Order: sequence, then C-alpha cells, then structure tokens
Amino acid sequence: MTVTSAATTTTQLMTINMGPQHPSTHGVLRLLLELDGEVIVKAVPHVGFLHRGVEKLAEYRTYHQCIPLTDRLDYVAPFSNNLAYALTVEKLLGIEAPERAQHIRVLLCELTRIASHLLWLATHALDIGAMTVFFYCFREREAIYDIFELVAGARMHTSYIRVGGVSRELPGGFTEKVHKFVMEFPARLNEYETLLTENPIWKKRTVGVGIISAEDAIDYGLSGPSLRGSGVNWDIRKAEPYSQYDKYHFTVPLGKNGDVYDRYRIRIEEMHQSNRIVHQALNILPKGDCLARIPNVTLPPKEDVETNMEAMITHFKLITDGIHPPKGEVYASIEAPKGELGFYLVSDGSSHPYRLKIRPPSFVNLEALPKMVEGRLLPDVVATIGSLDIVLGEIDR
Amino acid sequence: MPMKNEDLAALIKTRFPEAIMGANIFRNELTLTVQKDALAEVARFLKENEDLDFDFLSDLCGVDRAETDDVFEVVYHLYSLSKNHRLRLKAPVPSDAPGLPTVTGVWKTANWHERETYDMFGITFHGHPDLRKILTPDDFEGHPLRKDYPLDGRQPATLRDSYRKDGA
Repeated sequence: MTVTSAATTTTQLMTINMGPQHPSTHGVLRLLLELDGEVIVKAVPHVGFLHRGVEKLAEYRTYHQCIPLTDRLDYVAPFSNNLAYALTVEKLLGIEAPERAQHIRVLLCELTRIASHLLWLATHALDIGAMTVFFYCFREREAIYDIFELVAGARMHTSYIRVGGVSRELPGGFTEKVHKFVMEFPARLNEYETLLTENPIWKKRTVGVGIISAEDAIDYGLSGPSLRGSGVNWDIRKAEPYSQYDKYHFTVPLGKNGDVYDRYRIRIEEMHQSNRIVHQALNILPKGDCLARIPNVTLPPKEDVETNMEAMITHFKLITDGIHPPKGEVYASIEAPKGELGFYLVSDGSSHPYRLKIRPPSFVNLEALPKMVEGRLLPDVVATIGSLDIVLGEIDR
Repeated sequence: MPMKNEDLAALIKTRFPEAIMGANIFRNELTLTVQKDALAEVARFLKENEDLDFDFLSDLCGVDRAETDDVFEVVYHLYSLSKNHRLRLKAPVPSDAPGLPTVTGVWKTANWHERETYDMFGITFHGHPDLRKILTPDDFEGHPLRKDYPLDGRQPATLRDSYRKDGA
C-alpha cells in the first residue's frame, strides 16, 4: 500500500453535464456545472433543444393560423398563451371582445393558472423527494383538464380563444362542473400544505436556497411568482388590468427572502386566489355573444354560413385570405402562470404577421439560474430549477 | 403615476436632441427611434432618470427591414415597475454590417435577449460579455429569422454531432 503525502495531493474542478435528459430539468434543459467538491463554481445553462422556429412559422401563416402555434409554447398553460396572442391582435386591430367572452377568458385562464401551478407543485415536490404530493396534484389537475376538454374538445392544445372572443359558447354542464371543483379545491390545497409547508425536510431543502434579491430580480427581468418571491409587487393583472381583471377581488401574495420556500408559498397562495377569481367569474358571467361580430375579422355564426350566401362568402374569404390589420406594431402582455408573457407584433398590412416576437417568461427567468446557484451545493440546483417553474416549450420556441 | 406618452417623448427628446430620430404613437404605445451609437447612453439615462425610471427590460428583439430600408431594427421594450409606464425603443442598424452597443451593462437581462438576436439575425452587440448562439445548434449556419432565409431551411439537421460539442 502506498501512502500519498499531503504535498502531492492535488484537487481540481470537475465539470459535469446535467441534462438534457435529466428528470429534474423539466424537459430538455442542459446544464454544465463546474464543481469544487459539491459546491457549484459555475453553472452554464444550454437551451434550444426544442427550438421549432415558431416565430419564423408565424410569418408564413394568417393571423388565425398562429393560434395553434401559441398552444405549444407553454404547453401546460394553453389558454394563457391564446389570450396573450388574441389580445395583441385585438390591440393591433383596435377591437375588443364582448364582455361575456372576456369573463370566460378570465375564468379559463385562472383555471389554467391552477393547473399549471399544480403541475409545478407535483414535479417540484417529486424532485425534492416528496412523492405523495405528485399523485394528489395530478388528481386535481385531471379534474381541470376534464373541464378543458368539455370546453374546447382538447385537453392540452385547446386553441379556444380567438381574435375577437372565444371560439364557441360554453357547453351544458360546464357551470356545475366548475362549481364542484371550486368548492372542493381549497380543502385539497390545505391538504397539500399539511404535507409540505411545515415539513422539516421540505424546509431544509428550500428555506434559504436559491436566493435572489429584489434588485437583482428586477435587473434579471424576472416576472411572475419568481419576482414576487423577492418581495417585488408587480402583477400585470393589477398594474395594467386586461380582460376585466379590475372587476375581480384578489390579493397578490409577496415573499420576503426570495428563496425557494418563498416562491413555493406564493404559488400555493396564488392557487387560492385563482380559485377565488374562478368563483367570482362564475357569478359575474354576463349573457351575450361570446365572439364579437366584426366584418372582415371574426367568422360569421355557423347558422348564417349555412343559410346565407353573403355570410358564406365572408367565411370563405376569412379562411382563405385572413384578416388584414392596419400597418403598425403593438406589444401586449399578460400575467401568465409563469410571469410576463408578451407578444410583439409588426404588421405590414398583409394577412400574415410581418414579425411576431414572443416574450416568454421562462426564458428570462431561467437566465437568472446561475446567479441563484453559484456558490451553493449541487442538490440546491434541483430545488432552484423547480422553484423557477420553467417550461422548455416556451424557452426554445 | 404613469407619465403621458407625449411628456415622455418630450423629456427624452430634450435630453437627446440629436440621438432621437423620431417619435411615433400608435394604439397608445410610444415608439422612439434612436441613433444606434447613442443607444447605450440613452438606455442608461432612461433607467437612471428618476421621472422615467425604466428599471425593467421586458423584451429585446430584431426585425428584418433589409428589403425595403436596408436595415435591421433592434427593438427594446421597456417598463417601469414604479411608474407603470412603457416605452419602445428602436435602433436601425445597417443590414450589411449589423452591430450596435450592448445594453447588458444597463439591464443584466439583456444578455440572453442579445444572444438570441445575434443567433436569429446575426446582429453583433459590441461589448457583450458572452456573445454566443443560444437557440440553434453549434454547427447551424445562417440566421433563420432573416427574411432571406427560406422557411424549410438550407441544411439537414445534424443535431446528433453537435450535441456532444462543448459550447461552454
């Protein structure tokens, strides 16, 4: 046996590759980690594995044909994506959806927020080692997806929200189903909290981990729960209310320390608040059209198309030629489950967008990951990625 | 209180009479066209002026206007968390040698946005700390969001080989 003397022992940094197939990177994210023992010296995220060229594709499609593309950005929150895009085109055209449609949009977007946060909670808890939460969350998420299926005919890629309103009237049995969910959900949420909120293992893995200060969070452009975890009070639903959000009562939860635990608390509270909004929306929901009747923008009602020659011609023209918005450019953004989801649209007056830029919250939020994990331990990376709630579909586009 | 678009434009124009080449309000959104070399300086002023306080860079992207105007536009969407107002900046850069100063020194978030714009349009951001491609594979040639890049691409996808290359 040889004994190595201390003088000849050397240490060196080790570079390891995490992902793109690592389960806790939530999709195809690859991280290059430079480690000194178990301490992270440098973290370099690599993205783009899911790049499909959505912005390029949009330039070759009519304004309506872009809606299915938006479903596939943050694919766990399709209604929010549809809404952000529809609002942008509506702003460009200078039109508004009927009041009923706007409240339907709020209702569905808040259900989406709950579904998205449930998926986050499920996988985040699973990453850290709490498996039971995963099964519970998926049970509730399933109930929401059943509602989506009822409304849109699809569970994930709904394409339900249209320019000028929503594609069709809410089906029978919708109100009862949503009401049942709204009444049951708060108790379920409290149940999840009993599993995690005061759980000493959970707290050890999350409290004081992945900290980012308020100034840094703003500088890095964080938005959504990831920004509010650092105590910055910015929610687009409150700051620049769209789609009648100013008629709803809800609070915006804020964190203090900007760590993984605060971001966890915020999303849990947001689910409570979203549930409140859905409940209010059920009561507010006014009668009326669910799609604005604007010639050369929205499709005429199906009954008219089948019985009226002019309506049929309009329908045919809109499908083949599309809408022609005025020349100009607009930017509109909404508070998506992950943060500020914005669309920047440049129109040259033709039936296709000249340029469509998507501002995905996950892309910007992920950029701050190295700042949060450098100098920390390797397992903290897993907890921190989970707390940022990224979806690679909208990062890579 | 958010400032009115007209007041915003007036304030910025007074400070930079030469660098601001134009102002336009469409759908209640203010767009200022900025001379590219003055961009970093204007950006710093917008962030540090107390009345403007544009502390949040929402988005940064490119627009190809090479066919009509021989330029690429670099577009900045700014927001002020404290004042709750928005502003769009546009800097035209010549399409044959597109480049302009980085704003990563003003807003850290610009880092990835500029990398994406570099990747998609081939616009160089002078002074950027780490200007690498971000979305396309390492061996991908061309800038796909340019208008002269065909929709169905120019090369077969060779992700398999590029995957193991160390890009860090």
